[in-house]
Amino acid sequence: MGDKRRALKAAFPVTIPVMMGYLFIGVAFGMLMAGKGYSFIWSILMSVFIYAGSMQFVATNFFAGSINWVSIVFITLMVNIRHVFYGFSMLTKFKNMGGKKPYLIFSLTDETFSLLCSANAPEGVNQNWFLFFIALLDQLYWVAGSALGGLIGSLIPFSTKGIDFAMTALFVVIFIEQWQSCEHHLPAVAGVLGSVLCLLLFGASNFILPSMILMVLILTASYQKPKAESEGGGNA
Amino acid sequence: MLSIQTSLTIIAVVAFITLCTRALPFLLFRNAANIPRFVTYLGEVLPYAIMGMLIVYCLKSVSVFAYPFGIPELIAVAVVVLLHLWKHNTLFSVGAGTVVYMILVQLIFC
Repeated sequence: MGDKRRALKAAFPVTIPVMMGYLFIGVAFGMLMAGKGYSFIWSILMSVFIYAGSMQFVATNFFAGSINWVSIVFITLMVNIRHVFYGFSMLTKFKNMGGKKPYLIFSLTDETFSLLCSANAPEGVNQNWFLFFIALLDQLYWVAGSALGGLIGSLIPFSTKGIDFAMTALFVVIFIEQWQSCEHHLPAVAGVLGSVLCLLLFGASNFILPSMILMVLILTASYQKPKAESEGGGNA
Repeated sequence: MLSIQTSLTIIAVVAFITLCTRALPFLLFRNAANIPRFVTYLGEVLPYAIMGMLIVYCLKSVSVFAYPFGIPELIAVAVVVLLHLWKHNTLFSVGAGTVVYMILVQLIFC
């Protein structure tokens, strides 16, 4: 029990930036669902079982108009395909997770992924429980936000326009920390420039898959060098 | 509102496909001992690239050719970068950057 409590205590501060973003974006989602005639119960259901930020916003369109199952499957695949690539970075990290592993895989959103990438438990704290609580807290914020949005979203006394920038800011911060923590900047540069190039070529709604493929190609091409250098150091 | 049954089916379908995209790598490499070196390498370097992509993903709808020309985003991202290089405090950088962005889009570039 003490093990878990220490891990929870250490995980909470790490998740605060995501809490800010998830609560408010969650509220926006709950309000959107309420606007379509779906009470907060439905928002909670979606945030518990789907738990994918941008996908849930896209999915609100599925509840209006005629149902086309093929396009629902296809759109969901396209919006979420980037998650396939997240798992590759977590294979080793989740190796000894035991019973917590299925939940960590299920809850691997953009934000949780970005926190887990750089998350290392402080000394004396169990790393596996630490990662688990980061994932769990993040989803709790998201569920709470969507519930609140459905219930009292319309009562918020100030305009929340622009609050979703919290997520952008979080990714920028993690990008800077990753940049400073490693000597090879090729992956980071490939990520930014590759995505910008694909955004210009394929447009805002279709650029993620080509970007990911381009990134993997660039990283594959540069495979030899880092391999030789990391030989002595083990996995960093 | 659609029927309860149809609505629940939509949620189930979207939840299942989403889970599949997240679980695929773990299904492919079920035995952690046999992960090829190349895949481990990809797993190590991909986060750096993905974080860059996520920033672009967040800013994908910004138009540099129409008012406000992406200026609020540019300023707010610059604020986040500078604050973070200065203080190295994630909460402070994210919080202040978001407030700056909200002021920009609500009061100045509206």
